[in-house]
Amino acid sequence: MASFTSAVSPARVTARGWGWRHGGRSRAAVAGLDLDLEPGEKVLLLGPSGAGKSTLLHALAGVLGSAEDDDADESGTLLIDGRFPRDARGRAGLVQQDPETQVVLGRVGDDVAFGAENLAVPPAEIWPRVRQALEDVGLGFLPLDHPTHALSGGQKQRLALAGVLAMRPGLVLLDEPTANLDPAGVLEVRDAVIRAVTASGATLLVVEHRVEVWKDSVDRVVVLGAGSDGPSGVVASGVPDAVLESQGEALAAQGVWIPGRVPVLVGARPGAEPASGVPTTLSSDAGVLLEARDLSVSRAAVSRRGLGARKAVPVLSGVDLDLRAGRALSVTGPNGVGKSTLALTLAGLLAPAAGAVVGSSALLSVGEAVPRHPEPYRWRAKELITRIGTVFQEPEHQFVTGSVLDELRFGPRQLGRGEERVDELLQRLRLESLAEANPYTLSGGEKRRLSVATVLAAHPRLLVLDEPTFGQDARTWAELGSLLLELLHDGVSVLSVTHDADFTRALGATELVLGGATGTVFSGSGSAAGAGDASVKGEA
Amino acid sequence: MTEERGVLDPYAAARADQPLLGRANPLSKFGALVIITVALVWSIDWLSAGIAVLCELLILPLAGLNLRLLWNRAWPLVAAAVLGGWSTAVLAPDKGPVIFSFGIWTMGEHSLLLGLGFLLRGLAIALPAVIVMACTEPTDLADALAQLARLPHRFVLGTLAALRLVGLMVEEWQTIGMARRARGVGASGNVLSGLAAKLGQSFGLLVQSIRRASRLAVTMEARGFGAGPRTWARPSRLSAVDAWVMLGAVVIAGLAVGISIAVGAWNLVY
Repeated sequence: MASFTSAVSPARVTARGWGWRHGGRSRAAVAGLDLDLEPGEKVLLLGPSGAGKSTLLHALAGVLGSAEDDDADESGTLLIDGRFPRDARGRAGLVQQDPETQVVLGRVGDDVAFGAENLAVPPAEIWPRVRQALEDVGLGFLPLDHPTHALSGGQKQRLALAGVLAMRPGLVLLDEPTANLDPAGVLEVRDAVIRAVTASGATLLVVEHRVEVWKDSVDRVVVLGAGSDGPSGVVASGVPDAVLESQGEALAAQGVWIPGRVPVLVGARPGAEPASGVPTTLSSDAGVLLEARDLSVSRAAVSRRGLGARKAVPVLSGVDLDLRAGRALSVTGPNGVGKSTLALTLAGLLAPAAGAVVGSSALLSVGEAVPRHPEPYRWRAKELITRIGTVFQEPEHQFVTGSVLDELRFGPRQLGRGEERVDELLQRLRLESLAEANPYTLSGGEKRRLSVATVLAAHPRLLVLDEPTFGQDARTWAELGSLLLELLHDGVSVLSVTHDADFTRALGATELVLGGATGTVFSGSGSAAGAGDASVKGEA
Repeated sequence: MTEERGVLDPYAAARADQPLLGRANPLSKFGALVIITVALVWSIDWLSAGIAVLCELLILPLAGLNLRLLWNRAWPLVAAAVLGGWSTAVLAPDKGPVIFSFGIWTMGEHSLLLGLGFLLRGLAIALPAVIVMACTEPTDLADALAQLARLPHRFVLGTLAALRLVGLMVEEWQTIGMARRARGVGASGNVLSGLAAKLGQSFGLLVQSIRRASRLAVTMEARGFGAGPRTWARPSRLSAVDAWVMLGAVVIAGLAVGISIAVGAWNLVY
């Protein structure tokens, strides 16, 4: 009969000279890996992008080398408890990055039961396992028929973890499980992982850019290396503090986030008050580029021409703010309060649900063709991109051509302009060697840099960025920050939706805090935001 | 099968509160659908279809629906049925007394009845599907198809999981549209470039959908999906309710066809 404790026999992982090359690639994803994980050990796996961290996790989860990837090449051995991962079904469970694709079924209970069903666990034993797993990840309060689409990102990731725990795996694998979450979600998931894994005694292997989140909860840190000629196996391994002590410098240079090391931006004045990245000559008489008056925003009001626009319940209302040349504004607050919707509305991509967004004469008179209307959402695409540039959270949403170079040329060509800025941007964002590459094949950091560069190619006066630093390594973070400081200095106005307090500080941005327990709205201020009573008032 | 008896259905309590059709097995509901549809495709008279529509409206409470909820779900179908009926009435050859004439449109008594027959038939066939979908959980349908109808579970569960992503596609389409406008797509503003822009947007959506789908496939495979035998946490069973559902369908079909034949309105189309 079934045992009703969640304890499992923890798994041992052994890699000897293990390597993997994906089909159709010339470069190995992992090479010469020697690694031992003791049963029950909790290990944080670090390394620059391209070191093969995700490949190792996929291999251990038994999902590498499926039918589509048949000309892949494996070398050496990788074993779980002395068996090949593919033959050790159910010994390892994997949680990945994107919460939307971690949910399989429509009801919470069914989703958690899914893995156990696939392992042919007797039905009578499945539901006690499901309840236990939900309890372990702190979702025990949810009814089993709660719809999974109604969960937050952090809850979806905890649900995925519960689905894995219900399989009673000896090895839990986490591939950047918190990269897409807000700060509250990050801690929520981290705590659930540690509590559940400690209870079951399973071995834990977690890949994450942000060392600070995990370093006090793991037994060991393992660093994988990557040189110019490919991955180079384990570079360092040991207790977290010792490894960070000896490898911190090198890791930080490779873009790993090391606790206590916020990258220094080029153009930031050392020792100066960080909240004044704004040139003093401009700050007093900086012109307003865009103003919002009594603005309500809603996703549903997408119809640009007013045809068929339905009455929508605004997610956020009563917003008054000014965006000024050479100033940065950061919009912060918990998920779901309408930060992105506000940014998209200000950027002229969504129609306001009520109230107005109006470009100033300074913004309208940019370039040759002056728009007939002052409201950005009524501008034609051509009129929009020279005035307001928007960088979306997911870079792939904005790719419209087949090569990096064509992406950069696209904006100027639409405008019938010269392409003199293209080479400069290629070089500035370290994309020269990738000019011919397909944008979809780039790494996460490269995609982010490209998506910013493509928008800048049209020379907008106002830049709107949605979570620009999400999931980025420290190196891309610093490059992005330095570039934005430079733009601010040139009189561009920068609006960012972000959870990243370091980023806000580094740009010297005014902070606009949205949301609160009651759903009302207030404003916090860095330097220049005026607090309103029931409405948001901000200036930047 | 013996161990299945020990399984406490965790949704039993919620299901007990449901109206009759909510408690029925999805498979019997689809059987009922088939019975009614098959009975109604043979004739285009207005009487048999009218009786079926009337019966279907009467069983709405059994599915936890009322007229307003039904209208919210079914108005596009109603609109299509009205349009179909209208064009039939206008275009059918005019026999019998003309009761309506406006320009090129004329409508005789015969064509009016024909149009009415089409309208009601469209509704009579569409309404059961709307009613069944309104009171059926997709997961339960998949369970029934795999366990009772013995369809391959890889196919059934794969489809079920993929359907969840369809809901996300609507939002994704909107986001991609905005993201491309922010790049200056559709700048020249003529019809041709507008069409090209929509085509590009579709391609973007396709790429994102494939990415999502392959990530979901990895998630499912990592949870042991696809290889070897599996168990079912929710055994799909037939009960007395299901016999009533099938019987009800037979009664509705029988009444519609029987009365129509008895009155002489039945009118075979083949």
